[in-house]
Amino acid sequence: MDIAFLLNGETVELTGVSPTTTVLDWLRETRGLTGTKEGCNEGDCGACTVMVTDDAGTRALNGCILFLPQINGKTLTTVEGLSAPDGEMHPVQQAMVEHHGSQCGFCTPGFVVSMAVGQINGETDHDLQLAGNLCRCTGYAPIVRAASNAARRPVPTWLRDIPTGPALRGYANDFQPTTTAALAELLRAHPHATLIAGATDVGLWVNKSLRDLGTVIFVSQIEEMRRIETAPYMIRIGAAASVEAFRLAIAKRYPSFSAMLDRFASAQVRAAATVGGNIANGSPIGDTPPPLIALGAMLQLRHGDDTREIPLEDFFLEYGKQDLEPGEFVEAVVIPREEGEDRLKVYKLSKRFDQDISAVLGAFNIRVKDGNVTSARIAFGGMAGTPLRAKAVEKALIGKPWTIQTVRNAKWSFAEDFRPMSDMRASSNYRLETAANMLERVWMEDQGQVTDVREVAP
Amino acid sequence: MSMGKPLPHDSAPLHVTGAARYIDDIPVPADCLHLAFGLSHVARGVITSMDLDPVRSAPGVVRVITAADLPGMNDISSAAHDEPLLAPGDVQYHGQPIFLVVATSHRLAREAAAKAEITIDPKPAILTIDDAIAVRSYFEGGPLTWKRGEVDPAMAKADTIIEGKIEIGGQEHFYLEGQVSLATPQDNGDMVLATSTQHPTEIQHKVSEALGTPFHSVRVETRRMGGGFGGKESQGNALAVACAVAAHLTGKSCKMRYDRDDDMVITGKRHDFRIAYKAGVDAKGKLVAVEFDQYVRCGWSQDLSLAIADRAMLHADNAYWIPNIRITSHRMKTNTCSATAFRGFGGPQGMVAIERVMDQLAHRLKMDPLEFRQANFYKKSKPQETPYGQPVKGFILPDLVKQLADTANYASRRDAIRVWNDKNPILKKGIALTPVKFGISFTLTHLNQAGALVNVYADGSININHGGTEMGQGLFQKVAQVAAGEFGIDMGRVRITATDTSKVPNTSATAASSGSDMNGMAVKNAVDQIKDRIARLVAVDGVKPKDVIFEGGKVIAGNTVFTFEEAAKMAHENRVSLSATGFYATPDISWDRSIGRGNPFYYFAHGAAITEVVIDTLTGENKILRVDILHDVGQSLNPAVDVGQIEGGYVQGAGWLTTEELVWDDKGVLRTHAPSTYKIPACSDRPDVFNVALWNGENHVPTIYRSKAVGEPPLMLGISALMALSDAISACGEAYPNLHTPATPERVYMAAKKVRT
Repeated sequence: MDIAFLLNGETVELTGVSPTTTVLDWLRETRGLTGTKEGCNEGDCGACTVMVTDDAGTRALNGCILFLPQINGKTLTTVEGLSAPDGEMHPVQQAMVEHHGSQCGFCTPGFVVSMAVGQINGETDHDLQLAGNLCRCTGYAPIVRAASNAARRPVPTWLRDIPTGPALRGYANDFQPTTTAALAELLRAHPHATLIAGATDVGLWVNKSLRDLGTVIFVSQIEEMRRIETAPYMIRIGAAASVEAFRLAIAKRYPSFSAMLDRFASAQVRAAATVGGNIANGSPIGDTPPPLIALGAMLQLRHGDDTREIPLEDFFLEYGKQDLEPGEFVEAVVIPREEGEDRLKVYKLSKRFDQDISAVLGAFNIRVKDGNVTSARIAFGGMAGTPLRAKAVEKALIGKPWTIQTVRNAKWSFAEDFRPMSDMRASSNYRLETAANMLERVWMEDQGQVTDVREVAP
Repeated sequence: MSMGKPLPHDSAPLHVTGAARYIDDIPVPADCLHLAFGLSHVARGVITSMDLDPVRSAPGVVRVITAADLPGMNDISSAAHDEPLLAPGDVQYHGQPIFLVVATSHRLAREAAAKAEITIDPKPAILTIDDAIAVRSYFEGGPLTWKRGEVDPAMAKADTIIEGKIEIGGQEHFYLEGQVSLATPQDNGDMVLATSTQHPTEIQHKVSEALGTPFHSVRVETRRMGGGFGGKESQGNALAVACAVAAHLTGKSCKMRYDRDDDMVITGKRHDFRIAYKAGVDAKGKLVAVEFDQYVRCGWSQDLSLAIADRAMLHADNAYWIPNIRITSHRMKTNTCSATAFRGFGGPQGMVAIERVMDQLAHRLKMDPLEFRQANFYKKSKPQETPYGQPVKGFILPDLVKQLADTANYASRRDAIRVWNDKNPILKKGIALTPVKFGISFTLTHLNQAGALVNVYADGSININHGGTEMGQGLFQKVAQVAAGEFGIDMGRVRITATDTSKVPNTSATAASSGSDMNGMAVKNAVDQIKDRIARLVAVDGVKPKDVIFEGGKVIAGNTVFTFEEAAKMAHENRVSLSATGFYATPDISWDRSIGRGNPFYYFAHGAAITEVVIDTLTGENKILRVDILHDVGQSLNPAVDVGQIEGGYVQGAGWLTTEELVWDDKGVLRTHAPSTYKIPACSDRPDVFNVALWNGENHVPTIYRSKAVGEPPLMLGISALMALSDAISACGEAYPNLHTPATPERVYMAAKKVRT
């Protein structure tokens, strides 16, 4: 593929690049810019964090799972590009030195880039901003001190108006379509091609499974597929919308869902990962399907010019198998708006709060009128080979008074709905019991009880 | 004066700009080759066939090396000669290197390595401590027992006895920079290596053995590591030897770095332990007898396990006077990766067990755990002996703990937590204070030596070098501060250079927290020699050399004042050597490990932490809310660096005991081999409130500027997080929680459930 981008202020044009060459490898091995580090090569440590700017803004991304065509037409800023042309350090760099934010220094370039992005975007929730940058030396305290300090300093003049791409707005490539129709046509012609949106999963196929992907088609440059349309009666999320964009879009309407997405993954991963990708890869531990199912979301699939719409829960047939034909792709997901207030509660259970894969993810949409449960849509991740509704539990609730007694009775039904597996994340029993306890948590929250340890002050 | 100043890390400006060069950042020749290991896919068995043709014919492959192709010794072990670089015929663990691919790129080497067709006839693998006990798979033939007094009669007379056991999980180092090495062949058969290692000298030795050359033919250089934590004490040997052998065979520069998943599968980790205990107290609440059985899962080779298991025994007392004690250590050989050094080196596991005993006894006696601990501390007035016979001198913990408890309002917060817990049915808070007393020195006495080389150039600039390696702990800066302080010049004149086996030979690993104690002294020794020579030169007109003063960038001999540059130039012109080697050997230590008696430690470092947590009894999710630490670094060489070690050590220790869970399946396959499944603390896991203070005092023995070692001790402050979780679970019912580690949400949930019913 042929691509063009701005690198630290300089236009770079590359022809004939392998579409699965990562930005990290290119920077380090070809360009000789070794400030950006490889820590894990799977997007979980943030040592490779780079800054990418385009019309949608500036964000931090993991360079190890970012393929070169994904920055076609954009601006890439690496740690080497943060200092002023005369060598004056960026305020976050100064703050990191002053606050002793580096020890071994290997994670530091990644932190510095994340912090610089945070500063540009006016972020002050440093835990959220830095969740994807692991440090093994400092215990984070001095880094957060530095971040807080830098947030109070102005964005340096040389980074105030980063161009959103090179003068040449990237090369056109056959396998980087810019319309949904072109994608549909391309995929019909190449029904076994691999679609790459954010590459947060596909990147691992390349880096860890060492797979040769054959034909690949990039989708994130299709503006219409990134669109999120919010109407009073529904929200339609284009499959290529980033999880981060989705998180922000639903913050008011579904606060519990949006808050869970803080923990879906790090800022770097959320900015790349897409809602469609999280659905289409069919993972039993993807975090968006259970709440979407609880909200009664519909999936829009497209094959050539043909489209069909199915309930999202019907898409997941069994582990590793989805209702998706060769040449067909996920175009959008639609969340219908229900009457009345938002009642959706989403709970993510994992060993670590941030940037961890769920052991159990529970989504509860339980509606109560005059003290009785009128409807219940409850769905889980991590409890079966696919995201799955808890139908027996729902049945045990509907029509009953919304009391602790009803909740306790309904907890017995979880064993009817689920026989979860044991693995390195959690045992079967723990999954089953905590899934049931999440129902109790919904009720407790309704009673005004504090049930989240992260809301407790010392 | 540079001493005691909170200067930033010497490389901080390079770190933050991405300019700090790590091994993989060093420019290499265009024809540099890249290496990858082919790994065993079974835990134990015999290789019956090995088809490497698909590997040889893969793109970019230059050479494939098996055990039979090695020119010299097939051994990368630290001491025991039981660890082949490449499996010679039988395999001992899942992930063991079997062959080596040499290719034109890192990726092509990895791709090729995956193409081998190897058949291994599997044998029953010994994976767990139980497996090993069942077949008596021991290192050294059986258990080792050290004791003092008569445990059984004392226990029989005890007023209250508790028994139990705790499973203590291992820990992956997760240094952010993975293992990496680069070898460049020289003329005359020499080899130069740049390696990410805490132990350049051992790399030098292993490479020379592998190539069949004397030590002087191999030079190893280490400027900095992207984290070590003990994981680069011996675990870099494999890569360095592989690179040197491949470079020797091909005549090209060779580089090897593990992909993260390979790194986690191949290399050793902190030892997991099971510790069974029985402890008795008298009617006054004083310990009378304690018995420990420490089961240590060492893995397939010995590595440093014996010394690690020893140190666990040496910390079985922590801060408490135990008149009668018996410690039995079982060093189990298993078909898992060879567990290795990790910050604390066995000490943390030994300490967790005695802190568990103290916690459980206090629970049984219905005493405040802090009061019970305080009542059993060693006496500070009259030194009492440790179980191994070393008088506990300079014991400041009684005062330190009291000061911490007072300033952090331990007692009133404990009361407030009780009230809070009564009001909250789902969430429960807990609090705990635990002390640390950690012995400083290598227990293998001869390792307690260090060398240095100090060069003053004729322009007055200074180059310092010593045997210690920089892994982020700020060693180089501390030692540079010593040199600048002694010469009386500003820091800008002192250039710190890469650790290099050709500058300072025969060094010990940078380990056992010894870095600044030993290398600081060695550099001072060299500086003293140069200063003495300059002083003799400038001391004229009745001024005695010993009265010459070096300060403020000046050399002052009575009324005659030179700038340091002038003095250096003058020395050169008068043919006075401006270069000196320094040396230091830690005094006053002796140790007989066969009987477990002696004075293995030069002194003890102390500290204490109070941790407050909250748990969710519906799920076991938990959070550290507040941490207060008071830690003893003697007279600090650099308070900023020391506080950094304490904060980082605490979080790493708390991570070990909470979220960091290593899971092997029943085939001996490590299931948590990447950061996606192995969870070290992330940013939001640090305590919301994190108060760290340094104890105001100085070392009672004459260390460099009366400072104390700080590398390992703070890790054990994290034990307070485990005990705080246990305390929170105790709020759910009457029974003792018996919490095992790591205390993941699942373990916390299950323990709370058990306590409730």
